[in-house]
Amino acid sequence: MKFYELTAHEVRDLIKNKEASSVEVTKSVLERIDAVEDKIESYVTVLKDEAIAQAEKVDKKIASGEETGALAGVPMALKDNMCTKNILTTCSSKMLYNFKPPYNATVAEKLQKSDAVLVGKANMDEFAMGSSTENSYFKKTKNPYDLTKVPGGSSGGSAACVAADEAIFSLGSDTGGSIRQPAAFCGCVGLKPTYGAVSRFGLIAFASSLDQIGPMTKDVEDCALILNEIVGHDKNDSTSVKREYPDFTKALTGDVSDIKIGVPDEYFGEGINCEVKDAVLGAVKNLENSGAKADSCALPLNEYALPAYYMISSAEASSNLARFDGVKYGFRAEKFENLIDLYAQTRSEGFGDEVKRRIMIGTYALSSGYYDAYYKKAQQVRTLVMQDFEKAFEKYDCLITPTAPMTAFGIGEKTSDPLQMYLADICTVSVNIAGLPAIVIPCGYDKCGMPIGVQIIGKPFGEADILRTAHLLEKTITKIRPNL
Amino acid sequence: MNYETVIGLEIHAELATKTKIYCGCKNEFGGEPNTHTCPVCTGMPGSLPVLNKKVVDYAICAGLAMNCEITRYGKQDRKNYFYPDLPKAYQISQFDLPVCHDGYVDIEVDGKTKRIGITRIHIEEDAGKLIHDDYSGTSLVDYNRCGVPLIEIVTEPDIRSSEEAKIFLDTLKSILEYTEVSDCKMQEGSLRCDVNVSIRPEGETEFGTRCEMKNVNSFSAAVRSMDYEVKRQIEIVEAGGEIVQETRRWDDTKGVSVLMRTKEDAHDYRYFPEPDLLPIIISDEWIEAVRSRLPELPAERRARYINEYGLTEYDASVITTSKKTSDYFEECVKSGCDPKSASNWLMGDITRYLNEKELEPSDIPFTAKQLASLLSLIQKGTISNSAAKKVLVKMFEEPDDPEKLVEKLGLVQVSDEGALKQMVDDVLAANPQSIVDYKAGRDRAIGFLVGQIMKASKGKANPQMINKLLKEALDNM
Repeated sequence: MKFYELTAHEVRDLIKNKEASSVEVTKSVLERIDAVEDKIESYVTVLKDEAIAQAEKVDKKIASGEETGALAGVPMALKDNMCTKNILTTCSSKMLYNFKPPYNATVAEKLQKSDAVLVGKANMDEFAMGSSTENSYFKKTKNPYDLTKVPGGSSGGSAACVAADEAIFSLGSDTGGSIRQPAAFCGCVGLKPTYGAVSRFGLIAFASSLDQIGPMTKDVEDCALILNEIVGHDKNDSTSVKREYPDFTKALTGDVSDIKIGVPDEYFGEGINCEVKDAVLGAVKNLENSGAKADSCALPLNEYALPAYYMISSAEASSNLARFDGVKYGFRAEKFENLIDLYAQTRSEGFGDEVKRRIMIGTYALSSGYYDAYYKKAQQVRTLVMQDFEKAFEKYDCLITPTAPMTAFGIGEKTSDPLQMYLADICTVSVNIAGLPAIVIPCGYDKCGMPIGVQIIGKPFGEADILRTAHLLEKTITKIRPNL
Repeated sequence: MNYETVIGLEIHAELATKTKIYCGCKNEFGGEPNTHTCPVCTGMPGSLPVLNKKVVDYAICAGLAMNCEITRYGKQDRKNYFYPDLPKAYQISQFDLPVCHDGYVDIEVDGKTKRIGITRIHIEEDAGKLIHDDYSGTSLVDYNRCGVPLIEIVTEPDIRSSEEAKIFLDTLKSILEYTEVSDCKMQEGSLRCDVNVSIRPEGETEFGTRCEMKNVNSFSAAVRSMDYEVKRQIEIVEAGGEIVQETRRWDDTKGVSVLMRTKEDAHDYRYFPEPDLLPIIISDEWIEAVRSRLPELPAERRARYINEYGLTEYDASVITTSKKTSDYFEECVKSGCDPKSASNWLMGDITRYLNEKELEPSDIPFTAKQLASLLSLIQKGTISNSAAKKVLVKMFEEPDDPEKLVEKLGLVQVSDEGALKQMVDDVLAANPQSIVDYKAGRDRAIGFLVGQIMKASKGKANPQMINKLLKEALDNM
């Protein structure tokens, strides 16, 4: 048996039933990394010794009959913007090339308590800004389905490592589609939870009001399983919401007869690739065949979500990234004349082009005299987009759309045109703007064999509904593994 | 031409909460550099602030004590600027929805009440401290103060002189002390202020262009900086010049202000709502709960001292300025002291001693009860007033019960009539000229004779009795 090919729930069961040890599974995943990482380059850091040590600890726990967590012994990856104590956390930036946080992110802490095994820190677009993982300072991650293509971004490493079986599951972060778009491009499952469902404490912020951490997995059941472990209020994150969260694995009933699906016309218009459109509409058909009701509907204000998103996220980023100044940690320029020059040189040399571009856009949008026209206006649009969704959710339980207008594009294909790159987020950003949950699962493959992802958007804290819908849909799709 | 001074103040007060504003670190002055810190207050990547509710509580309390409206829906905002003592490169503050607004503080100026408007009171976090090491030529940062909670109190431009400003600042300090919102320790920087000054020809209703002065670290420095700034502005105007809006740094050792930046170079702080924190929702219940805990404020106490204890307005004001002094005074009275003599001693010898040694009222080493015993020793005639002054100094130096100290110093007053009569006879025998003078109607002579007796008795003779006995003896001659 190739342990690395298994899902988290399969690994969990094997280990629980003592049919395999965590060390065996972990070694299998590490061997897989040895075999394919040169081609895929999904990791910034691989934690071989640490992973085996942790696996041994879990095995010992099991042997001694101690109670273990729900993910006991399951090897995983974390996106490299989630703080891991004394373990390199770079955000794929030169700015943090040497940064070892003094503390764990809440999600890292929780997964440690669940007895999962951290095998590595996944590559990403620098500070999560990008849609192709080409903005990493360290390496360009490849799409496991076609090494000449991008894995999507910004959680490209988290998606590629799961698709290439270099981790059983991973966590990504999603500010404008950064979990969902790479999940679609790499043919895996990705969930962006409702804003506030998962603690952001220890997630190095890109845009605080939009960022959300979520699972990237091999199937929907894993997605529910991982969500169970990371969801919940955190006293360290004021924006995390205090409420009862259900056991999401129990939501996967296989019955969608009560589900009413809205299919917003705006997501199927100009610019959407025909194969993508057909596959997504096919998925809707499959759900209808299983008893769900589907209707076309309208989200007329959605077209304003993209510009509003770029204003808000850049404005917040310009402030969030100001702390990287060469004073306390991370990169510092070697030559500087005085304090101001220390800042200027450090930030000029330490940040990549895309990060600088967003900092400049954001700084401009917040400047006195421009605030009302840009930032404030964008916030008003945000309110309208939310209302647009609220209206739709009066009639529907979930909305189904494409995840991206196209399948994975070629490496280097869009790097010269930032606006083309920004359009890759057109189907995903409004979900962040409105703080909604959305799940992406593969729903077909294009003629080149590249995965197509369908996005199921839910009501606030409606994760159980979209997981249930995705779980049933998953059964109607034949999954193709990448050929590595 | 005569000019009117217009002054507005921005006062930063450190709040006396146990922990910092956005993390659980201790809010304590001092400590080894960077020991009261954590990932949150040092702004480590990924860390998030969580508002300490006590900070809002304290701000509401200050607001109520200053007659402010309390905001029901407040928010926090980021003020963005780069400086090494600010590890996030933004300060979490409040921009347009401060916790308190539209209040006032009444001050007493030349016996008249004057109302100074309070524009707003908002909460914010303090920054760290740069330590410049001249020896190595480097600068180091101590982040202990990062995240210490502050309120910024902004006044209306209602103050018309540096004297008024000083009275206002003293009044404000006592309000903060009484409410225990801040410990107001000036030397630890718990209270700092920025000063806005403009001038205008007397009778003019429009305000002149203002200049802001930063780095003003004490109230007396504030007064000096205002006087300097008024003079500077008048000189410019008199010379036909125009005041330019600018920020100046006050150098108290040199007694001058120097230009920091003009309006053109003013920072654009790019304020925007802090997305990591939820809005501050303040309910009626919350406000009422704080209101019910409000202590007696200095103005109320002053009125009570005048009505209940018969203190003069001046004495009542001086005693109530410092809560420590006032509390001490009350304890004395509770221990049976006459309020007037307690206030005389507190305002006189005790304050003088404290000032000489640069001490605070809280540094008084003996209890109010001990002071009360001292005063009762005078009242009973056990010791003289002048002996009591000696005992008081001793009480500062080696705090102990005054009875014991009186004994130790050998200051027990001689009130034995027989012994005193002997002293009177002795002094009369030795000073016949004084008897002649007295008989000639020169009352001064009696003072001289009392002085001689006191000298001979080393101050122990009971002066009232000596007076009486001397008069009797002289009149019988």
